[in-house]
Amino acid sequence: MTTATALRSRHLLGIADMDPGEIQLVLETALAMKEVATRPIKKVPTLRGRTIINLFFEPSTRTRMSFELAEKRLSADTLGMTTAGSSVVKGETLSDTARTLEAMAPDMIVMRHASSGAAHQLARICRASIINAGDGMHEHPTQALLDAFTINERKGRLAGLRVAIVGDLMHSRVLRSNVWLLTKMGAQVCACAPATLVPHGLTELGVEVTTSMDRAVEGADVVMMLRVQQERMHGLFLPSVREYFTLFGLTPERMRRAAPEAIVMHPGPMNRGVEIDSEVADGPWSVILDQVANGVAVRMAVLYLLAGGDEERN
Amino acid sequence: MALILLKSVNLVDPVAGRQGQFDLLIDGGIVSRIGRDLPTDGARVIELPAGAVVTPGLIDIHVHLREPGQEHKETIATGTASAVAGGFTAVACMPNTDPVNDHASVTEFITKRAAEAALARVYPIGAVSIGSRGDQLTEIGDLRAAGCVAISDDGRPVATALLMRRALEYASMFGMPVIDHCEDPSLKGDGVAHEGAVASLLGLRGIPGAAESVMVERDASIAELTGGRVHIAHMSARQSLRAVRAGKERGIGITAEVTPHHFVLTDEALKRNGGYDTNTKMNPPLREEADRVAMVEGLRDGSIDVIATDHAPHHADEKALEFDIAPFGIVGLETAVPLCVDRLVHAGVIGLTRLVELLSANPARILGLPGGTIAEGAPADLTVLMPDVDVTVRASALRSKSKNTPFDGWTLKGAVGATIVGGRTVFVNPDVPALKVLR
Amino acid sequence: MSVVMDADRLSRSLARMAHEILERNRGVEDIALVGIRSRGVPLAARIARHLKELTGVDVPVGTLDITLYRDDLMRHPVGPQPVIRRTEIPFSIDDRVILLVDDVLYTGRTIRAALDALIDFGRPKSIQLVALVDRGHRELPIRADYVGRNIPTSRQQSVHVHLLEVDGRDEVEVQG
Repeated sequence: MTTATALRSRHLLGIADMDPGEIQLVLETALAMKEVATRPIKKVPTLRGRTIINLFFEPSTRTRMSFELAEKRLSADTLGMTTAGSSVVKGETLSDTARTLEAMAPDMIVMRHASSGAAHQLARICRASIINAGDGMHEHPTQALLDAFTINERKGRLAGLRVAIVGDLMHSRVLRSNVWLLTKMGAQVCACAPATLVPHGLTELGVEVTTSMDRAVEGADVVMMLRVQQERMHGLFLPSVREYFTLFGLTPERMRRAAPEAIVMHPGPMNRGVEIDSEVADGPWSVILDQVANGVAVRMAVLYLLAGGDEERN
Repeated sequence: MALILLKSVNLVDPVAGRQGQFDLLIDGGIVSRIGRDLPTDGARVIELPAGAVVTPGLIDIHVHLREPGQEHKETIATGTASAVAGGFTAVACMPNTDPVNDHASVTEFITKRAAEAALARVYPIGAVSIGSRGDQLTEIGDLRAAGCVAISDDGRPVATALLMRRALEYASMFGMPVIDHCEDPSLKGDGVAHEGAVASLLGLRGIPGAAESVMVERDASIAELTGGRVHIAHMSARQSLRAVRAGKERGIGITAEVTPHHFVLTDEALKRNGGYDTNTKMNPPLREEADRVAMVEGLRDGSIDVIATDHAPHHADEKALEFDIAPFGIVGLETAVPLCVDRLVHAGVIGLTRLVELLSANPARILGLPGGTIAEGAPADLTVLMPDVDVTVRASALRSKSKNTPFDGWTLKGAVGATIVGGRTVFVNPDVPALKVLR
Repeated sequence: MSVVMDADRLSRSLARMAHEILERNRGVEDIALVGIRSRGVPLAARIARHLKELTGVDVPVGTLDITLYRDDLMRHPVGPQPVIRRTEIPFSIDDRVILLVDDVLYTGRTIRAALDALIDFGRPKSIQLVALVDRGHRELPIRADYVGRNIPTSRQQSVHVHLLEVDGRDEVEVQG
């Protein structure tokens, strides 16, 4: 696999359409970007004069702040637009919101939306480069990229690692993006959830699926825990938090089955005592805070790579 | 009206057992004689171009005309114009208008509008329950008297087994079937696509095939219990077909229809063109290849009785919403014949004779409608097909008010040449100049 | 292609420049070297070694990637984004004399970008420029303080610096 020299698309809508060379390019660029955070003046002039709109239809403090920081560190002009729910709730369609933004001629739009496919829809309407910051249950590409960066940083590689992903797989865009990325980069993925929360299509991608937490964690180099939302209790997916934690919670005992030097990850925000024990979240295995720091560097890399070479790619 | 002699036309009429060259004499809109070498006798003689096939008028028994209440999507005038452009001399329209067709006054409104449009015949289907809410039976006798030919709560399933039972018992007094949109609401949940690998990877909530088959099985049991006739609307899942076959074997009064999109497309269509095209969103959803293949097989072996389009117009603004919230449905009246002829007849799955059964004879029989065959003394409802003429679907040129079709740009072999209702030519395909003689 | 500097000449130029640096700055106090990626980096390392031989002092050495400061980044008509490599300046540049080291001085735009980058790292006492080759055609008012060799070229020509550490040999060639 050779590192690409550029990204093929002018959008980042998902990992599904990226090839390993492009993923590698983002990770290498992020490494250089990470250094900017160590300088006294944490800013480079690279995207000076570029306008980036952060369009968040779903509340999200950490992802939004991470993008904003990345944009500001690259000297871009950033505008945040946090708006309620879907078209129906707002009273204005996504199409119309998009066209209104188009009129302001942004160079890039970072969007998070509750509907799968919303980023694709935006890309069809807007001339700006679109970065998907999470669309419904579909993908969250920058999360998967920062997860990969963090794994690479700690383990020196992705290929051949055994990665366990545990939690509400069915409703998780983080799962989908990570499965795409890790399988493309040659890692061995084991996905674990109660049977009611296992989605179709994973085994076809070469992912091992299990309902046994012990089996998933056994020998894992990376254990990635996903959030389980309260609503799942009401949707007849799970009987109770107590039972979920008993069967699927990441405890120190379970971590002892993992490979030596295993790391624990979580996209956040964490539900302590639901999917993860505090002792693990705050313990020596945890790289959760590194993920946050790396998020800024990875997002800077993505913004940089999408911003350049406009004429050719259009 | 005129005396017209259609000379030596290629007739396909399975009910009458006629296949081959025949003369048709039409007097005042009625078929007065069918035979060979009929005397001309002052009639206007019309010869059709080579390749033309004349069939009994096609009948689409599952159409949403949207009037009253949703005229921004379609009206009875535009809907029947779309129907005749699709080769249909008659349509049966579903009651989920606004207000619901749960009262004779709404039925009368619909038939009045249809008569004003004077294009395709319109046979209203009345609601099973008031407002289709599933609580109380409608005045089915009254609806029948006003012109309804069947009852259905389409848009929704017949809410409970008990309601289905009562509806079947009551409707059988009038010889009417109950048409059910089979779907268990709890299994459907807030699904928007077929539950499978495609929906999962696109992040779309799924509707399993079992959501449909569970209710088909229920309806088969209740048809058996009551001796009534149930017709399964827009069947899509192979499990449903299995239940229909089993029911027929037991001699239960159960029939089924399938839409062209369910035997042509699969859930792979949701990935096309960057993905999330709402013109691939309908209910029941496009399912897996195994389901599609099962539907084709069902058409071939006779387990499926009818092809009906479930023509569901929606305004462009509504379909431009996010996939999750865009309304379900696509138009189908003008793409049905090209899809059927290209993907079934030319593909060697069935012959034209069987196609006429599926699109005319069986629909007429199941709903007790006139037509389905060309008979002396009956109104001249005829469809002229040009099975070897290519058609390129252009959404913008559809006569329907709405353009929500996934087939835009498709080139198919099999065109509608002309549509004749009661001896009046109501549609001639402008791309077949030789048929102008019919005007 | 013609060779304008062979290995011998190259290494003598570097040795001479090291002496000039010492002379001009009256010693190595407060001096630090920053090599501009990519070939400025091994050159800076070599100069540091010469300075150590001459004074016994380990002069700090950093590497600078100026990609993020280039003025032509978003103007590429064709071609991919330039690849960024790490910048590592593991010392404070405040109040130091920074010797910027590059292999070829041409239009001066790379040096302008390097100056912008350095200013973001702190406030040096002064910045001096070391260039192995000056090929002329400045587009900005920038000049080198120490030059290995002046090689007049035409705009159509290109200058290729090969270094042992990167290319396996020491040689400067002019093409065209």
